Amino acid sequence: MSKFKKKTKVEVNIPTSALPDIIFMLLFFFMTTTVLRENTMLVDQKIPEATQLQKLEKKTLISYLYVGKPKNTAMYGVEPRIQANDALINTSDIALWVNQEKDKRSESEREMLTISLKADREVKMGPISDIQFELREVDARRVLYASVGKLD
Amino acid sequence: MASKRGRMAQEVNAGSMADIAFLLLIFWLVTTTIASDKGILNILPPKQDPNVPPPEIPLNERNIFNILVNANDQLLVEGEYLDNTESLSDDVKAFILNFGDPNADAIALYNSLPESLKSQANRDPKSSDHPLTGGAVVSIKTNRGTSYDVYLQVLDQVKKAYFEIYAERVGITAEQYRALSGKNAAEKELIDRGKADLPMAISIAEPDKTGGN
Repeated sequence: MSKFKKKTKVEVNIPTSALPDIIFMLLFFFMTTTVLRENTMLVDQKIPEATQLQKLEKKTLISYLYVGKPKNTAMYGVEPRIQANDALINTSDIALWVNQEKDKRSESEREMLTISLKADREVKMGPISDIQFELREVDARRVLYASVGKLD
Repeated sequence: MASKRGRMAQEVNAGSMADIAFLLLIFWLVTTTIASDKGILNILPPKQDPNVPPPEIPLNERNIFNILVNANDQLLVEGEYLDNTESLSDDVKAFILNFGDPNADAIALYNSLPESLKSQANRDPKSSDHPLTGGAVVSIKTNRGTSYDVYLQVLDQVKKAYFEIYAERVGITAEQYRALSGKNAAEKELIDRGKADLPMAISIAEPDKTGGN
C-alpha cells in the first residue's frame, strides 16, 4: 500500500462560493471610482430643463463649473456663487482655474476644452454673463449649458 | 434531507449570491451612466481687443430677429409681447427660411432644399433676405436680472428651429440629427450636409445693467 492512495471520489462541482466575492469586488471598485469623481456640492443644483440637448462624445474634455446659491448660507450668503472642483471661487479666479484645467490636458486637447456650466435655474443672467466674459478672456469658448431633458 | 442535518459542517448554499451581486452591480452601472453630460452647446465669440473696435457689420433691420428678455422674464419678440416660449421656434423657423430677397447663392441654396422646406419660404419682404452668412441673424438680448432658466428656454427654442431645418434637409428627425456625434465619416457627412450654407447665426448680446446684481 503506497502512501499516495489513489483518489476514488471524483469531485465534479466547481466551487462557486468565491464568485460573489469577486462580483462584490467589482461592485465596490465601480462604486468607489464613480463616487470619487463627484464633487461635494457646495451650491444648490437644480439643473434647468431643455429639449434640444446634445451629448458630448469625449468626457475627458469637459470641466465643470457649478453656479448656484450656496448651501451654507450662514457662511457664504445667499448670492449665487461659483464652485470649481471642491471650493467656491470668485469670478476673477476663473481665468486661473481655466488655465489649470488646460494644463491638465494634452496640447492637442486644450483647444477643445468644454466648460460645462451647471447652473441652478434660480440664477440670474448677471453672474452667468460675468463667467462667460471671463471664459472669453482666457479663450475657453466652448460652453455647455448643462440641462436635463424636458418631458412633454 | 434528514441525513444532511446530521452533518457537522453545514454549507450554506451560496450559488445565488453571485446573482444578487450581479444585480447590484448592474443597478449601479445603469444609475451612474444616466447622469450623463447633456446640455446646450454654445460657442462664445472670441475675445474683444479693447484697441480694435468690433467690426460693424451693416445688417438691415429685417434681417435681425430680435428677442428681448427683460428683468421680469417678459419676452419681446420682433416688437411683440409674448408670454411663453412655446411658439418661438416656429417664428424663428419662418424667419430663417423666409428668402425675402435672395441673391444668386441663396437661390442655389433654395433650390437644393427639399420640398417641405421650400414651401415654408414666405417671401415676405419685411422678413429676412436669405439664411446665408450676412442674412438672417437671431439676436437674443437679456438683462442682468433675467433668470437663467428663461434665457435657456429661449436659446433652446432657437436651437430647435435650426435643428429642425437641418434634420429636414437630410431627411431624419431632429432627435436623430442631434444624436449624431460625428465619430464616423457617414455621421460627419450628415451633419455637414445638414448645416451647409445655413450657419447657426445666433447672436447673444451682452446683457444690459439694469435690474440685476
